Amino acid sequence: MTDPFSLTAMDIFRFATHIGLTHYLLLAALLFAIGLFGLLTRRGIIPALMCVELMLNAVNINLVAFNHYLPMPDHSGQLMAIFSIAVAAAEIAIGVALAFRVYRDRNTVNLDDLDHLKG
Amino acid sequence: MGLPLLSTVLLAPLLAALAICLLPRESRDQIRLIAAGAMTLATVLTLYAYAAYDTAAGGMQFTESIPWITDLGVTYALGVDGISLPMLLLTDVIGLASVFSSWNIEKRPKDFFVLLMVLIAGVTGTFIARDLFIFLLCYEVVVIPIYIMVLIWGSTKRVPKEYAGIKLTIFLLMGSAFMLVGVVSLFLEAGGQTFDMAALVEASRTGMLSEDFQIFAFLLLLLGFGSLLSMFPFHSWSPDGYAGAPTAVSMIHAGVLKKIGGYGLIRLGLLVLPLGAKFWAPLIAALAMINVMYAAYIAMVQKDLKYIIGYSSVSHMGYVLLGFAALNAVSITGAIANMVAHGIMASLFFSQIGYIYERTHLRSVPELAGLAHHLPRLTVGFMLAGLASVGLPGLIGFVPEFTIFVGTLSVYPVCAFLAIAGIIFSALYILRMLAKVLFGPRVERFAAVPDEQGADLVPLLLLGVFLVGFGLFPELLMGVIRSGVTPLEPLLAQLSGAPTLLGGGF
Amino acid sequence: MFDFALTHAWLIPLLPALAFLIIGLGTRQDKDTSAKIAITMSALSFLLALGVAGAVITRPVVMADPFVMKTLWAKVGDIELFMGVLVDPLTAMMLFVVTTVALLVQIYSVGYMAHDPGAGRFFAFLSLFASSMLGLVLSVNFMQMYAFWELVGLCSYLLIGFYYYKDSAREAAKKAFITTRIGDFGMLLGILLVQLTFGTLDFLELKALLPTYIWETGGGILTVIALLLFIGPIGKSGQFPLHVWLPDAMEGPTPVSALIHAATMVVAGVYLVGRAYFLFSALPVVLEVIAWVGGFTAIFAATIAITQRPFKRILAYSTISQLGYMMLALGVGSLTASMFHLMTHAFFKALLFLCAGAVIEAMHEEADIFKMGGLKERMPVTFRCMTIGVLAIAGVPPLAGFFSKDAILAAAAEVSTPLYILATVTAFLTAFYMARLLFVAFFGEVKPDCPAQETNAWMRWPLVVLAALSVVSGVWGHFAGFGEWVFHGPITEEHISWQIAGTSVALTLLAFFLAYEIYVAKRWSSYEISRRLGVLYTLSYNKYYIDEIYTVIRNTFVDKFGAVLYWFDLHIVDGIVNGLARFTGGLSGVLGLAENGQVQRYVTVFYCGAIALVAYSLVFAWLVLSVLGGAF
Repeated sequence: MTDPFSLTAMDIFRFATHIGLTHYLLLAALLFAIGLFGLLTRRGIIPALMCVELMLNAVNINLVAFNHYLPMPDHSGQLMAIFSIAVAAAEIAIGVALAFRVYRDRNTVNLDDLDHLKG
Repeated sequence: MGLPLLSTVLLAPLLAALAICLLPRESRDQIRLIAAGAMTLATVLTLYAYAAYDTAAGGMQFTESIPWITDLGVTYALGVDGISLPMLLLTDVIGLASVFSSWNIEKRPKDFFVLLMVLIAGVTGTFIARDLFIFLLCYEVVVIPIYIMVLIWGSTKRVPKEYAGIKLTIFLLMGSAFMLVGVVSLFLEAGGQTFDMAALVEASRTGMLSEDFQIFAFLLLLLGFGSLLSMFPFHSWSPDGYAGAPTAVSMIHAGVLKKIGGYGLIRLGLLVLPLGAKFWAPLIAALAMINVMYAAYIAMVQKDLKYIIGYSSVSHMGYVLLGFAALNAVSITGAIANMVAHGIMASLFFSQIGYIYERTHLRSVPELAGLAHHLPRLTVGFMLAGLASVGLPGLIGFVPEFTIFVGTLSVYPVCAFLAIAGIIFSALYILRMLAKVLFGPRVERFAAVPDEQGADLVPLLLLGVFLVGFGLFPELLMGVIRSGVTPLEPLLAQLSGAPTLLGGGF
Repeated sequence: MFDFALTHAWLIPLLPALAFLIIGLGTRQDKDTSAKIAITMSALSFLLALGVAGAVITRPVVMADPFVMKTLWAKVGDIELFMGVLVDPLTAMMLFVVTTVALLVQIYSVGYMAHDPGAGRFFAFLSLFASSMLGLVLSVNFMQMYAFWELVGLCSYLLIGFYYYKDSAREAAKKAFITTRIGDFGMLLGILLVQLTFGTLDFLELKALLPTYIWETGGGILTVIALLLFIGPIGKSGQFPLHVWLPDAMEGPTPVSALIHAATMVVAGVYLVGRAYFLFSALPVVLEVIAWVGGFTAIFAATIAITQRPFKRILAYSTISQLGYMMLALGVGSLTASMFHLMTHAFFKALLFLCAGAVIEAMHEEADIFKMGGLKERMPVTFRCMTIGVLAIAGVPPLAGFFSKDAILAAAAEVSTPLYILATVTAFLTAFYMARLLFVAFFGEVKPDCPAQETNAWMRWPLVVLAALSVVSGVWGHFAGFGEWVFHGPITEEHISWQIAGTSVALTLLAFFLAYEIYVAKRWSSYEISRRLGVLYTLSYNKYYIDEIYTVIRNTFVDKFGAVLYWFDLHIVDGIVNGLARFTGGLSGVLGLAENGQVQRYVTVFYCGAIALVAYSLVFAWLVLSVLGGAF
């Protein structure tokens, strides 16, 4: 983009009406930021895992969007996204299982209480 | 000869440690017998080596050599010459004495003797290694047991034993870190082929090590060995460390471990990096003089026996440094002899202090008094050690000090003058301490304290024999050292014109 | 037979050392056996010393050509340190004096220490003391002399502190050792400089080298060396200002005082100057210093002795004064007079101290002479011996002190009138305070509860022998030609100058008369006199406050300074160490905030790091572009 001060009303109008790569990327970034914010602030394991899912999906959007705008689209982005979704599914399964174990063991799923990582 | 003598001396304590590991922890008697047996064997073999050493031939004798890490040029090479042999003797004698000083240890004797044996083996290794890598390896082996021993068996007085232990360890490790950098750079500079000390000396002699490199590398070694030798201002671990450590560790530490510093300065610093040694010599002399006077003054106001001896040993190490700094055959002979002398007297002191502390849990001079009434043998021990450190003739300290003074006075007149004045101050603090602790009116509180007997008497007898024997017949000691120092004479003669910190040769 | 003694002279110090070893390691507990061993060894030494003296006279061994045997003791670098024996008439005389006094003192000690449980230890130390002194006397070089010199110091430390349970003895022993150590420091420096200058410490070699050296390079450094060497004797021989230890040394058992004051220890300093006289006599400046130190010490100590009250302390100050005399004699160039006085003084001072021991023991440890009185009735033998001793030290003819003191006065008169006057006044004072001691303690009324009895035979006979020696040694020395044997430079014709001798005898008699009037006839009140003298009396009575001055110096310059350095060590040197440790600890605390164990904190840090990396690469890329932009 050129100098922001030389933006004309026409530029803004075009940006609002023509959906392009930038919009997808913005959406993904927003999703990622929301996920990150949730991961950092939520105290429960389950919400934190959900936020991780959100961030992964943001990445998936990026992959698919980039794929679409490639000079010669070859579905490699979609492939990557599907692969990532599979991995995310596995991850959430393990994560939730761990959360159950932790709850059984400690009777809590509050992340603040789980600080035994430090020796 | 068939038996690899030095390897046996080195392995005896290690095997003893292994054997002790296999015993149940309740069998204290067997544990300490094994320790004493191993050390006796090592001491007897060392005495044999000392007697059989051919002083006329000189050089490395009783050599052994097995290639080890060939890619790095590391060889398991042992040998002794006139410089290391007295040190080896010192190690084994003090090691044996320290076993007997720990005879009545109650707390976890198994762990204690295992660590003690490893410690002694490590110190032995540093003195008999002919390979720099082995030297460093053994030195690092030494540090760890000391830390654990201070923590478990140490005592808390002015400073907590945890503080003393970590201070001691960090100083030693810092020193060894500097040393390591120095040694590695030396290894690379000399071609990266070998850690053999003789080869490094040869490389230095043929001019492979530039003067600038020598100056740089020597500074690193000086920081390492200097802090080990408690050179001002790196001395403050020494009094605190001795005060915190259990008796045996104090004995070995003050007696021999410290001497690795002086030994290393001569063996590595002088032989491999002569130009560096010459360059920094004036600085060393100045620091040595500060060591002597400063520590003597501080020793005078101390109350704790171990602190007095701790500072006194800092002061004595000043003489060793001074002897080294003068860089002539006489003064270096004196420096080596003084290391031996100080080792014997300091460990005797610590063993006697340990005895009285074990019985009364007192170590502070104002609290002790009139011990001569009840403990005549302990009194003899204290007097012998005290008078030796005052430098009385007939005891081990006299000839070495005299030698150092003769060797240094013409080179560093001012430093030597002040260091000689140190004999007044050492008399002051030693006699004050002796007077207060041993003499004076009878104190009934100490009437129940038994005098030294049995195993407790061994350190006194053993160290006393050397204290008096080498004192009356100094040639027994000086002869061996001379055979080690004589080969250095051409080198020292060459050095006399080399530049120093203060400019050209003088 | 004499030759046997000469070639076996090394046995003389070794035999008592052997006694020390045997007693110390074996028979310490059994005091009779210990005494027997010590006395036997001393007697053998004494016989050998007699044999050496015989050999010196018959062979003859003269000053210029001594008999030397030596063996290598230690070799460092190219410096060879020898131990050995050097026998010349001076040595022979010293050997005779030391062994005689040591033997008599040991015999005396059998009686004196009869009831002391530590007697075994006492005999061991006495033997070692004699041994060290004999080794010193026989020294062939400065190093050997220094070694034995230190051993003598050690023995005095052990013996002065023999009653270790007494605080005063403990302190006195320490003081003696440390004070003499200050002297030793100077002496050691001097010896080291000798080694560096000449490359040898051997007396004979030095003697041979010295004239050429002076011829070639002059005496500058030599003067420094000699002055440094002289600091040793100042300490050991109790010269001003290092005399303070000597009066305190009486804290030891009295036989020890006798040995220290008469034959060992204090005369070591005088002997050192005598032995190295070839060096000192070549340097007029140094001689002058020695003379004045000696002269000043002589009169200084005499003025203190006049007002003291404890028996042994008076004798102690008289020793300092007499040592000053010997130094004075050396300073004015008369080795003969000095050594002659050393010999006679050894006999009568040993006699006086042993008498003091007898008296104090009889008085049950009461030392103040004004609490004694009338002892001549109670202790007739001791009284007679004491009288002989007093007359001898005062220089009444024909007793020993007369001849030796006269020799010194004559030598002083030849060189310097002020020194002569100083010495004569000292002689007067000496006669006065010795007479005071005798009159107050032995004359007058017997105090009502006086327990004094004549002493036992063990203690009596040594007194008699010493008394006899105090009578004859002067006459014998004078007429047998002492000066033809012990001398330096040209032999001086010995004759008594009637003018000088007359003056001193007249002054002595005057002093006796005054003392008699004051203390026996009580014509004048001593109290009144002391009150009139005012400040002078106070100064003298308090020994010019020298001890107090030293205490202040020690407290400020040693202890306070030590405390300051300790503070420095704790707070600066250790402060830096601990500060570094604290800094590291603090830093790790700060960095540790990033890792508190909570997953979310790790995530935060991780993302911050990621962002930082991205930011860094952006900035870096921008920099590369803006710098190298043109190239792309």
